Amino acid sequence: MEDTIAAIATSLGVGAISIIRVSGNDAIKIVNNLFKGKDLTKVSSHTINYGHILDQDKIVDEVLVSVMRAPKTFTREDVVEINVHGGIATSNKVLELLLTNGCRLAEPGEFTKRAFLNGRIDLVEAEGVMDLINAKTDKARDLAINQVSGSVSNLIKELRQSLVEILANIEVNIDYPEYEDIEVMTIEMIKDKLKMIKQKIKEILDKSQNGKIVKEGIKTVIIGRPNVGKSSILNRLLEEDKAIVTDVAGTTRDIVEGRITIDGIILNIIDTAGIRKTDDLVESIGVKKSLALIDEADLILFVLNNNESLTDEDEEILKKIKKHNSIVIINKIDLANKINIDAIDNDNIVMLSALNNEGINDLKTTIKKMFNLEQIEQEDYTYLSSARSIALLKQASKALDNVEEGVNNNMPIDMVEIDLKDAWNLLGEIIGANYSEELIDQLFSQFCLGK
Amino acid sequence: MYEVIVVGGGHAGCEASLASARKGHKTLLITGNIKNIADMPCNPSIGGSAKGIVVREIDALGGEMGKNADKSLLQIKMLNSAKGPAVQALRAQADKITYPKEMLKTLENTPNLEIKEAMVEDLIVKNGRIGGVCLADGKKITSKAVILTTGTYLKADILVGDTRTRQGPHGEKPSNFLSDKLREYGFNVIRLKTGTPQRIDRSSIDFSKTKVEEGDKTYHTFSFDMEPQYKIEEQVPCHLIYTTDETKKIILDNLNKSSMYGGLSDIKGVGPRYCPSIEDKMVRFKDKEKHQLFLEPESLYYDDIYVQGFSTSMPKDIQEKMVHSLPGLEHAKILKYAYAIEYDAIDAKQLKQSLETKVIENLYTAGQINGTSGYEEAACQGLMAGINASLKLEGKEPLILKRNEAYIGVLIDDLVTKGIIDPYRLLTSRAEYRLLLRHDNADLRLTDYGYEVGLIDEERYQKFKHRREKIKEVETLLKENKITPTKETNEYLESIPTTPLKDGLTLYDFLKRPEINFDHLMHFIEIDVPNDIKEQITITDKYAGYIEKANKEAQKMVDLDNKKIPDDIDYDKIHNLASEAKQKLKQIRPTSIGQAIRISGVNPADISLIMVYLKKEYFYESK
Repeated sequence: MEDTIAAIATSLGVGAISIIRVSGNDAIKIVNNLFKGKDLTKVSSHTINYGHILDQDKIVDEVLVSVMRAPKTFTREDVVEINVHGGIATSNKVLELLLTNGCRLAEPGEFTKRAFLNGRIDLVEAEGVMDLINAKTDKARDLAINQVSGSVSNLIKELRQSLVEILANIEVNIDYPEYEDIEVMTIEMIKDKLKMIKQKIKEILDKSQNGKIVKEGIKTVIIGRPNVGKSSILNRLLEEDKAIVTDVAGTTRDIVEGRITIDGIILNIIDTAGIRKTDDLVESIGVKKSLALIDEADLILFVLNNNESLTDEDEEILKKIKKHNSIVIINKIDLANKINIDAIDNDNIVMLSALNNEGINDLKTTIKKMFNLEQIEQEDYTYLSSARSIALLKQASKALDNVEEGVNNNMPIDMVEIDLKDAWNLLGEIIGANYSEELIDQLFSQFCLGK
Repeated sequence: MYEVIVVGGGHAGCEASLASARKGHKTLLITGNIKNIADMPCNPSIGGSAKGIVVREIDALGGEMGKNADKSLLQIKMLNSAKGPAVQALRAQADKITYPKEMLKTLENTPNLEIKEAMVEDLIVKNGRIGGVCLADGKKITSKAVILTTGTYLKADILVGDTRTRQGPHGEKPSNFLSDKLREYGFNVIRLKTGTPQRIDRSSIDFSKTKVEEGDKTYHTFSFDMEPQYKIEEQVPCHLIYTTDETKKIILDNLNKSSMYGGLSDIKGVGPRYCPSIEDKMVRFKDKEKHQLFLEPESLYYDDIYVQGFSTSMPKDIQEKMVHSLPGLEHAKILKYAYAIEYDAIDAKQLKQSLETKVIENLYTAGQINGTSGYEEAACQGLMAGINASLKLEGKEPLILKRNEAYIGVLIDDLVTKGIIDPYRLLTSRAEYRLLLRHDNADLRLTDYGYEVGLIDEERYQKFKHRREKIKEVETLLKENKITPTKETNEYLESIPTTPLKDGLTLYDFLKRPEINFDHLMHFIEIDVPNDIKEQITITDKYAGYIEKANKEAQKMVDLDNKKIPDDIDYDKIHNLASEAKQKLKQIRPTSIGQAIRISGVNPADISLIMVYLKKEYFYESK
């Protein structure tokens, strides 16, 4: 019961403020690790603190953090509430950071449950709501499991199967060392299988990211030199769909500038502060800033002018964006061609004229194709399952990194196996597998042993 | 009037009676045949993966198995020596004549311990409390506590081909009524099965067709308190052979004659998964061309060779053909045929963690009657039952080892929490924290307990404390002494070879480098450290990260185990418990939240409900 839980406490929506609540022994410590501002472990109880939530060194959001120490809190545990700027992408990013840094996603009703477990709510009253809570948690568990789509769930089962085969092989080498006719699992064999498994996890993560995209939108950045027509392209896209949601006025936050939906798919235009006002600001962004933006984005729209030849800066950016989801837009095809298109090494090149409204549809089709959007079943990827499973998958991937590190440090195989088992258990958690006897069953069915 | 009666003189019974007698309680050991005390009816070996560590644990707690094995071994090996320290374990071939002889000598020389030949067929029970035992001849013997260690002797049936014979191993008399009586008292009696292979006359084997398997060239002892009693060069080898195509054909052609495959239609016993008969292996692993078999010597004093891996319940004529199809055994003379044995056991879920039964107070059970298999598994339960029966008579709390403290703790917790379907063998994979449960640190983990319960004497305890302090002392020394990047130092490092230094480094951190061993440190510091201490420090230093991880995980479990559930909790009064969970909880009656979580079918929501109930009814402080 002492683990630290986190969840978005307000209903998900666009605009306004979202509150992410964290409760448990490590609540303050975990939030503090992500927080830039005052040292939260030292602030007085029941205070509100201004600062930023960081992912590594990057600012995710400007926030207000309430620190409330046990026992005078709702759950009678240490509670931290993070007020983030509304929007699913930001709230979810913060939640995901919490989940990968030691929090567990709270089940529905779990804060309330803790409240009465810790004596905050009268027990007679608690008995009354027990039915409700109990039903809720069971259902929630089923839901959480079912919400991982069938295909992802099968992929994870396959990965676990590969892992459990390695594990059973290692176990059998340990428990039956005198059997010479059983293949000995060597570090080299683990290395190969590991590579395969890590690759697959990456694929699943990518897919889950796609799923998230449906729900949360594509973080899109438009870059390019001044006067190539970024604003015009944006405005053309906007004309198609007037439902642009601007940010709460008066905040200095520069995460989501605008939101455009293309056939139900949301493009979150990020970090283009002022793009519709003037090009002067964009000039000041420069290559350096553009490069920084590239890493954050799900999609990069790089705009070039058909009427100008490539600059060194352009080529640098082209090289950089090749590894990312990117589209090179060659604007101003109404003017004479001076750009060397053959020199542009990118899978997605769209020629258009924002002025004449030519090729905008090609751009949209390319975006949809790129994210495989036709194939994503929206209901397969809910917010809950994606945040939860992505956090677990990332942890599993981390555990496999530890395996690799152990292998590289020549650790004996039974040490390396500790992290391997960890990865297997984390994957199991995603699909709700009960692992207690699984490994031992595997051991006996896979190998021929006996006296 | 005795204080403790132990029924059965196998490995569990020996440890139980020694523990109780050594703790000063007047103890009677009743056995069907004194000649079979500490008998090894199956394989002639002690130890093995996980099991070897259990023997060390028994020794650290003041039990006898380790010492007795050291006195009688024919060959000894450190298994998994090429793997990490967590999984290394000793395995010895023990002499089947010497082992029982030495054990009997120890029993006979132990004050407060008497041995009697008799068959026990009933218990004396008054008001749910044990009062002694009734013998087959109707005689009653009274005692305050009874420990049942009946092995495979409850309604034992020997199965060979299509014949079923009511007898125990070696044709001994089984107990025909005790298991019925146990059922009447309220125990769930289950039927289990195991088997043993043929014994072959040594002189009829052509060993030139086999591969020799030698013992280690370094000395080992199971006991922390013994010097080696053997000579390396006098160890007796084992021999390795493989089954042939002909063996496979004989077995598959005659499958229906095996007791298990149609020879007998009334088999209820569940056999162990980890040690299937050779016909099971052929059927389950059809694609495997050959199976490995070990020829193991049973004793220096007679000629039987044990064929490890060839256990079967085929009729004798087929066994002849099977044996003769093996390389080197073409003209082998079978001295004893292989057989399967069916026997009664009780449901270990009816036991407390102390091995006292929940059905009858002061009655304890240990060994195969609890559904385990293996000499070591039996011995460690016997020891714990002996210790806990004595502690109870002394009015003290039982000694319950946690899963992160000993394999013994893992074994008993598994038995009483999960119950068994097939005979239970210890495996390292059953231990979540096996990195903590190592061969090398068994004494550090358990000697304090052994001393507290009174089975480790003062002299040995002082010796142990000295070792423990010495480890600390050397560790501190290594942490305090730094090496610096001088020319001389770096030249030495490059000669090892290892990366030269840029900054200063403590010797302790230096030892963490994979290519560095303790002896390299001697270049920088002059200390006289015995090998066992070097080994101990090296392991805890090099694997510190992993050990810390394991400790952290273990602590979570310990916290949950420390949340006790009162004995008198009424699960019917807890609303909304899932019915499966309620049924299991009522049957197992876990003593802690930690144990409750380990019961399959009890889910986190149920645990929350229990916690709320406890808080309400017992003003229980969850934290």
